[in-house]
Amino acid sequence: MQVTMTVNDVEVTAEIEGRLLLVHFLRDTLSLTGTHWGCDTSNCGTCVVWLDGEPVKSCTVLAAMADGHAVRTVEGLARGAELDPIQEGFMQCHGLQCGFCTPGMMMTCRALLDKNPDPTDAEIREAISGQICRCTGYSTIVRSVRWASVHEAANK
Amino acid sequence: MQVPAPFEYERATSVDQAIGLLERLGSSARLVAGGHSLLPMMKLRLANFDYLIDINPLHAELGYIRLTGDEVRIGALTRHRELLESDELAAAFPIFRDAERVIADPVVRNRGTLGGSLCQADPSEDLSAVCTTLDASCVIRGPGGSERVVTMEEFHVGPYETAVGDDEMLTEIRLPLRPGGGSAYEKVERRAGDWAVVSAGAAVWLTADGTIADARVGLAAVGPNTTGIPELSAALRGREPAEDLYEQAGAIAARSCDPATDQRGSADYKRHLADELTRRTLRTAVARARS
Repeated sequence: MQVTMTVNDVEVTAEIEGRLLLVHFLRDTLSLTGTHWGCDTSNCGTCVVWLDGEPVKSCTVLAAMADGHAVRTVEGLARGAELDPIQEGFMQCHGLQCGFCTPGMMMTCRALLDKNPDPTDAEIREAISGQICRCTGYSTIVRSVRWASVHEAANK
Repeated sequence: MQVPAPFEYERATSVDQAIGLLERLGSSARLVAGGHSLLPMMKLRLANFDYLIDINPLHAELGYIRLTGDEVRIGALTRHRELLESDELAAAFPIFRDAERVIADPVVRNRGTLGGSLCQADPSEDLSAVCTTLDASCVIRGPGGSERVVTMEEFHVGPYETAVGDDEMLTEIRLPLRPGGGSAYEKVERRAGDWAVVSAGAAVWLTADGTIADARVGLAAVGPNTTGIPELSAALRGREPAEDLYEQAGAIAARSCDPATDQRGSADYKRHLADELTRRTLRTAVARARS
């Protein structure tokens, strides 16, 4: 079947199998390997991308379900050479070590800040409660999101 | 890499068109909404279908929460996040917000739906316990625009088995609104987003003088059935809410359920939880009914 969708503001069209998962469509068909593919069972959250602006676990969404919709991946976070404050926050506050969970974490946290620009630590932890990080113990991720929140508020 | 076995993907354009497809394709086809139960099962080959009919495009038609005079009607495609965020629903039935806070995780809740949760009919599924607690009815649409309404007891035929036929579709859940109501939900889970070790929901309706006009308790993860517990409701009706009454209700819940020992806990521990969570949710439900 043929699908057409917008990925990071670019329209793409491809011939795919009905069973193709969105994560593999992004990684293998479009070579957007920033989105990681982990547990395959919607538990780990490293595959989180946005579907029409909402974070979804792309290992459990069919690429066909995104036909006609807008997808945003971690490659679509930065504006040119300018990093998103979330990306900057992860750098500043050591929000990653191995980096495997990072793309999913950043997509979820960006969506959180878009809805709630000044979240509490508890709200940040709740937002990422469906995502697993085995390096940081989450504390530095929470700090990274706080950093982004504070800097975004300051730059407004 | 885990991927489902090959299938033909069909996209629904209306409820009747989807039912028409089901009628033609029979048991080789399955509706898919959020997909967070079905797709993992298909990856593991626990479920295999030749056709998947994607009903996500019907969200405008089947994603709603409507309060009428005497009931709340919720479209089957209403997503967990929408149930969680609805202030109207939380005001009428606080049990929904209690439960939605502990169902899966926020990202999964962006996709999963009420109808999908009920149709999955997992004995550990939280919304089935919520709907049982609230004495919900399920609207099932069939060929030719036919419609039938069944109780939750009738809806759940057994684990992973519902009253929805091969050529039918669950379209709406109806929850009766009665005066003096309060409700609550509690879940014990091993980690965030996990299935329940045990969950309990309680709803009470108080008369003007504060006695219990009616009460219902729904349990999850303690046996194959999601039915209410008639003996427990009978024991509470006409009584004054009090700690010793909750204790009695907890004891009935514990002996009415049929938990199995598994990796989430022993049968004894789950029975203890059924008792304790019944007491806690009744206590909260009464406090909310009074406020």
